[in-house]
Amino acid sequence: MGSRLSVVSALRAFLPARAVLHEEEDTRPYECDGLTAYRQLPMVVALPETEEQVRRVLQACSALGVPVVPRGAGTGLSGGALPPGDGVLLSMAKFMRVLRVDARARTAAVQPGVRNAAISEAAAPFGLFYAPDPSSQIACTIGGNVSENSGGVHCLKYGLTLHNVLRLRGYTIEGEPIELGSEAPEAPGYDLLALAIGSEGMLMVVTEVTVKLLPLPQCARVIMASFDDVEKAGQAVAAVIAAGIIPAGLEMMDRPATHAVEQFVGAGYDLQAAAILLCESDGAPEEVDDEIARMKAVLSEAGASRLTVSRDEAERLRFWSGRKAAFPAVGRISPDYYCMDGTIPRKRLGEVLRFIAAMEQKYGLRCPNVFHAGDGNLHPLILFDANDADQLHRTELFAAEVLEKCVEVGGTITGEHGVGVEKINQMCVQFRPDELELFHAIKRVFDARGLLNPGKAVPTLARCAEHGRMRVHGGKLPHPDLPRF
Amino acid sequence: MELLAERIREAAARRRPLRLRGGGTKDFYGNEPRGDLLDTRSHAGIVSYEPTELVITARCGTALSEVEKILAENLQCLPFEPPHFGPGATLGGCIAAGLSGPRRASAGALRDFVLGARIVDGRGRALAFGGQVMKNVAGYDVSRLLAGSLGTLGLITEASLKVLPRPAAELTLRLEMPQERALEAMQRWAGQPLPLSATAWRDGELLVRLSGAEPAVRAAAARVGGEPLEETPWLAIREHTHPFFAASPLWRVAVPPVAPPFALPGEQLLEWGGALRWLAGAGSADAVREAAQRAGGHATLFRARDKGGGAFAPLGAAAMRLHRGLKAAFDPSGILNPGRMYAEL
Repeated sequence: MGSRLSVVSALRAFLPARAVLHEEEDTRPYECDGLTAYRQLPMVVALPETEEQVRRVLQACSALGVPVVPRGAGTGLSGGALPPGDGVLLSMAKFMRVLRVDARARTAAVQPGVRNAAISEAAAPFGLFYAPDPSSQIACTIGGNVSENSGGVHCLKYGLTLHNVLRLRGYTIEGEPIELGSEAPEAPGYDLLALAIGSEGMLMVVTEVTVKLLPLPQCARVIMASFDDVEKAGQAVAAVIAAGIIPAGLEMMDRPATHAVEQFVGAGYDLQAAAILLCESDGAPEEVDDEIARMKAVLSEAGASRLTVSRDEAERLRFWSGRKAAFPAVGRISPDYYCMDGTIPRKRLGEVLRFIAAMEQKYGLRCPNVFHAGDGNLHPLILFDANDADQLHRTELFAAEVLEKCVEVGGTITGEHGVGVEKINQMCVQFRPDELELFHAIKRVFDARGLLNPGKAVPTLARCAEHGRMRVHGGKLPHPDLPRF
Repeated sequence: MELLAERIREAAARRRPLRLRGGGTKDFYGNEPRGDLLDTRSHAGIVSYEPTELVITARCGTALSEVEKILAENLQCLPFEPPHFGPGATLGGCIAAGLSGPRRASAGALRDFVLGARIVDGRGRALAFGGQVMKNVAGYDVSRLLAGSLGTLGLITEASLKVLPRPAAELTLRLEMPQERALEAMQRWAGQPLPLSATAWRDGELLVRLSGAEPAVRAAAARVGGEPLEETPWLAIREHTHPFFAASPLWRVAVPPVAPPFALPGEQLLEWGGALRWLAGAGSADAVREAAQRAGGHATLFRARDKGGGAFAPLGAAAMRLHRGLKAAFDPSGILNPGRMYAEL
């Protein structure tokens, strides 16, 4: 393994000095991503600007046997970009160019460091947009979205990153160029594009992303529906789907969440309601009028106590602003919060919410809920104070129980934030040893020595054995080899 | 299921190739199947379907028609409109082939709707990936990798697919225009918020299908123009019962939709807004592959008496290395549908 000095000198052979950081004051900003509870100073940070430089960084690190962790904007919530203490953090922050927008083909080729929202901004003059819109879209990059297969509030209708990316260019850890997918549908061979998207930076480093653009809907309106009972709101979601409607967005927030948000952005939410649904329709004006009328009828039939339809674009955006600001809003009412990301079959919502309420009692911690109701993706937010060791500990146990509950009801431990380092033990609950072993075999096909983002996303079988033992004994902190959050 | 796994374990131990097969409706697709027959049809049945969850889960041997029937009864559908190519098509075969029909350009491809799969790998291990929920990023997306892998990585024993409501209204319009103008028109419409659900051009005739809420279809029809068709050919195009598809050899060429018309001999039928170009009775394989590649796409020899040159566009060396590595990870003895996709796999 290379020492700091040998890595720095190898990289400085082709990178300018300012693009190779190793002094603590320079590397400190990279010590964590959006999951700030996990921190690790990288040995070296590399900031290449060209594809050729990326190739050479990878070749150099491969030759020295040094781990590499790619990073976009660092907004990830599962610690996927947690740096290697003994390796290179590869920042793609300088890959900020929109290379081309082809209005006729409805595609855009962008560098991985381009912000998600910047793609839609570049496409807007052509009446087009890039559909996936994670709440962090003003900051998060497309490269990170590809790594995590990010969703957003409109993915029930428009799909995830996976459904909206046509092609990836990049390099394997050895620095070998690869291109996956194509602008023509259905590239020959295995669907390596599907494999790479959501692979958490474990298989390749992406240097160019070609995305699909969609025509901007002519108009959109959103209904805010109030319910005096959370489960009733859940049933209303099922009723909308049963009526044959796929809303452009379908989100739920419970009362603690709306109260937190309302203080923060003043979105105009009904603070009396036990839960509110935001139910959006977009398309041609006639279509939207028709769909809004049908959704109102279904929601009222399902027991909505109040229905408000956005009157204009400003009001629509205000209704959404609360949902999009939910995480920072919660951040203001508590010293720290911990965001979960399980997905469940929607019909089990009542059961899971009751379970979360029971966990609030059990661990003595509050937990507001925001929920991508249309696709079953829950974001319970546990409020805690990281300076209180016991609260930390309880938060972690609370979160683990909820994620394991998601698996038990037929769901998954992560819908869109990724496994990273955060949920690695829960992978042992969701997958059996043979399945984990196949994941490792896939990883080895792309990265035989395990140098790219090592230790993330897929636990070793030894670790799972350890986790199983800990679950039996209970009470002990999992993965002692990682910094605590 | 245990029986299927046992057969695979046995074959792996003896290194005897297996030919995985449902109804055999797609035997013609890809390179010639070889190996001892492993019939999947005994492992059949719908495992779960709840319309409000928008997910159906069924075993591999389930007839595709049975899946579509139960969805239709609940006013839902498989949005990618998979071709059956015969009454015996099974769900497992449909996913392994990975083919999508006319709605693909607007609704997405088969793989877009795969949420999870249970498989038996080449060592006879029963494994499960993905699940029954829309959003799931735990582990690599193996179930989508399996879609279109032609049974070379594993036997798909059960799959969960996302389904959608059937459109409330549908209308097909017929317009007359030459290929170049048709391509232009399809691109123009695709860039507008119109409820396009299928397009097809052949021999100066452009067909456009609109699907969605009644008011949206009505408004869009006024913008597209043309005359409404009572009897539509979409099923015949999807199933290749349309007379165009009788010719041999039949090439399936996928290109970026903006690719200019091909100047190749033979007949052409365009779908997917110009991204799919069927060539019937075209010239040499080299000429077709080269034209496809020049346009930024790739050509598949779909139906032909002789597929000696390989059915699929050749892969580059780096891509082939990854393919071989994956094949070895899933099927180390190389017994599952060997050669069906590429001779090396």
